[in-house]
Amino acid sequence: MRSQNEFSYGGDATVKRPELDKEISDQDWDNFVYNRKSLRGKHWELWQHLSGCRQWIKVERDTATHEIFNTLKANEEIS
Amino acid sequence: MQKYSIFNLVKNAFSGHQNWDLAWKDPTPKKEYDVVIIGGGGHGLATAYYLAKEHGITNVAIIEKGWIGGGNVGRNTTIIRSNYMHDDNALFSEFGMDLWRKMSQDLNYNVMFSPRGIINLAHSDAQMNVYARRGNSMRLNGIDAVLLNREQVKENIPMADFSENVRFPIFGGLMQPSAGTARHDAVAWGYARQADSMGVDIIQNCEVTGFDVIGGKINGVRTSRGDIKVKKIGLCVAGSTNILAEKLNMTLPIETHLLQACVSEPVKPILDRVVTFGAGHFYISQSDKGEMVMGGDLDGYNSYAQRGNLPTLQHVLTEGIAMMPFLSKLKMLRTWGGIMDMSMDGSPIIDKTHIEGLYLNCGWCYGGFKATPASGWTFAHTIAQDRVHKLNAGYSLNRFSTGHLLDEKGLGTKTWIS
Ligand SMILES: Cc1cc2nc3c(=O)[nH]c(=O)nc-3n(C[C@H](O)[C@H](O)[C@H](O)COP(=O)(O)OP(=O)(O)OC[C@H]3O[C@@H](n4cnc5c(N)ncnc54)[C@H](O)[C@@H]3O)c2cc1C
Repeated sequence: MRSQNEFSYGGDATVKRPELDKEISDQDWDNFVYNRKSLRGKHWELWQHLSGCRQWIKVERDTATHEIFNTLKANEEIS
Repeated sequence: MQKYSIFNLVKNAFSGHQNWDLAWKDPTPKKEYDVVIIGGGGHGLATAYYLAKEHGITNVAIIEKGWIGGGNVGRNTTIIRSNYMHDDNALFSEFGMDLWRKMSQDLNYNVMFSPRGIINLAHSDAQMNVYARRGNSMRLNGIDAVLLNREQVKENIPMADFSENVRFPIFGGLMQPSAGTARHDAVAWGYARQADSMGVDIIQNCEVTGFDVIGGKINGVRTSRGDIKVKKIGLCVAGSTNILAEKLNMTLPIETHLLQACVSEPVKPILDRVVTFGAGHFYISQSDKGEMVMGGDLDGYNSYAQRGNLPTLQHVLTEGIAMMPFLSKLKMLRTWGGIMDMSMDGSPIIDKTHIEGLYLNCGWCYGGFKATPASGWTFAHTIAQDRVHKLNAGYSLNRFSTGHLLDEKGLGTKTWIS
C-alpha cells in the first residue's frame, strides 16, 4: 500500500487524441480537449506515481466510493 | 404571504410563535408545467423567483431530489465578490453585487449580506504587478479595487505573519472593499419563500431520472414521482450536471470534483475581512458565530463522494498556518465537502442547447454562490425569452469550439489541476 499523497491525477484515461494524419472535425478536437463524461461510478483514469517511481498508470476507480477495481500500465489497453 | 417585520414578530410573540405561516408549501407534482427547473440549489431557486417576478411565468416547478439548500448552496464558504479582470465575468458579477445589496429587502428575508471586503494577498513584485493590472481592469468596469502595500495590509490584518524570514512574505494585496459574505441558507430559503408565494411549486424528495425528447424538442421530464409534461427545462444541478447530461446524450466541458471546507471552534472577533493566500489556494473569513471559515483546493480527482479526504485538507491548512500562524492553536469543529461542476476554462455556462427547450446552467467551479442572483436573473431571461441576455452572452456553451474561452486565471483546460 502506498499513500495517496505520492500520486498525482491525470484525468480520464479513455480520452484519445484524434489520429493526426486523418481529417479531424472541430467536434473531434472538442471531444479530445474539453468534453468529458465524468462518470459517477467506475471510471478509468490516469495517475502518476509522482513522489515515487514516476510511472504513469491507468486505474479503474469508483468516483463515488473511491474503491479501486483494476490497474494497468499506461501503455496497456483497457479491455 | 406573511411579511417578516418587527410588528409581525411582536404580534406572533403573543401566541408563542405558533401561528407563523409555513415558509413554503409541499405540493404534489402537477401533470404539466410551463417550465421545470431541475435542482433546488441557489441557482434553481433564484431562477424560479426571477421567472415569476420579472417575466410573470408562474406555472413553474422546481424539482429537487433531496431537500432545497442541501447541495452546494448550503455547503459553500459564502464569499461574494466581483474582482474579475475579463469584461464578461466582471460585468456579470458586478450586476450580481447590485442584486446582493438589495437582496434582504427584495426577498423580505435577512440574508445577512456583509460587505466586509476581500483582500487577495501578493507575495512577490510580479504578483503585485498582476494585481495592479487586474485592479485597473476592475475600475474600468466600475468595480471598486484598491491596491494595498505591505503596511496597509498590516493595518487590515495584523494577525497575519509579517515577519521577515517567511517563505512567502506579504508584499501587499488587492482589495475589493464592497465584496463580502452572506448567510447561504437564508439565500436559498429567501428565494424559495418568495417563489412559492408567487405560485411556483417547490417539489422536494423528487429525483429527475430521464427526459422525454421528441424530434429534438423537450416534451417532458421523468421523475421518481411520475412523468411531467413540459416544454422548457432549466438544468441547475451543479455537481450532478454530467449525470443528467448523459441521459440527454450530451458530453459537456465539465468534470465533477470535490471541494472541501472547514470551520474552527468559535473564537472572539479577530478577522473582519475575507482574505486569500496568494502563494497557494487558501481563503479565510470569520463567521458571525466566531468560527474561522476556511477552504482551498479541490481534492484533485473526479469525485461524487460529497465528502473529502485528509491530504488536501492538511495541505490547505498548512497554507493557512503559514499565512496566519495563530490558526495552529485552534481546534477544528467541522469539515465537509460538495461536488463541484468544474468547467474547462473556470467560467460558467448559461446558455440554450441544441435541444429545443433545454437550457443549461452549470460550470460554476469555486464561485457559484456569489453568482446566485445574477445567474438566476440571466437564466430566467434566457428561458423566458428563449435567447441569452447580453450579461450571459459570454457564458456560451460553444465558446470551447470557437476559442472564446473565459480563462480568467490562465489555468487552461484543466482548472482543477492548479
Ligand atoms: C466547500 C465549498 C465552498 C464553496 N465556496 C464558495 C464561495 O466562497 N463563494 C462562492 O461564490 N461559491 C462557493 N462555492 C461554490 C458554490 O457553492 C456553487 O457553485 C453553487 O452553490 C452551485 O449552484 P447551486 O447553489 O444551484 O448548487 P446546489 O446547491 O448544489 O444545487 C443543485 C441541486 O440539484 C439537485 N439535483 C441533482 N441531481 C438532481 C436530479 N437528478 N433531480 C433533482 N434534483 C437534482 C441537488 O440535490 C442539489 O440540491 C463553494 C462550494 C463548495 C462545495
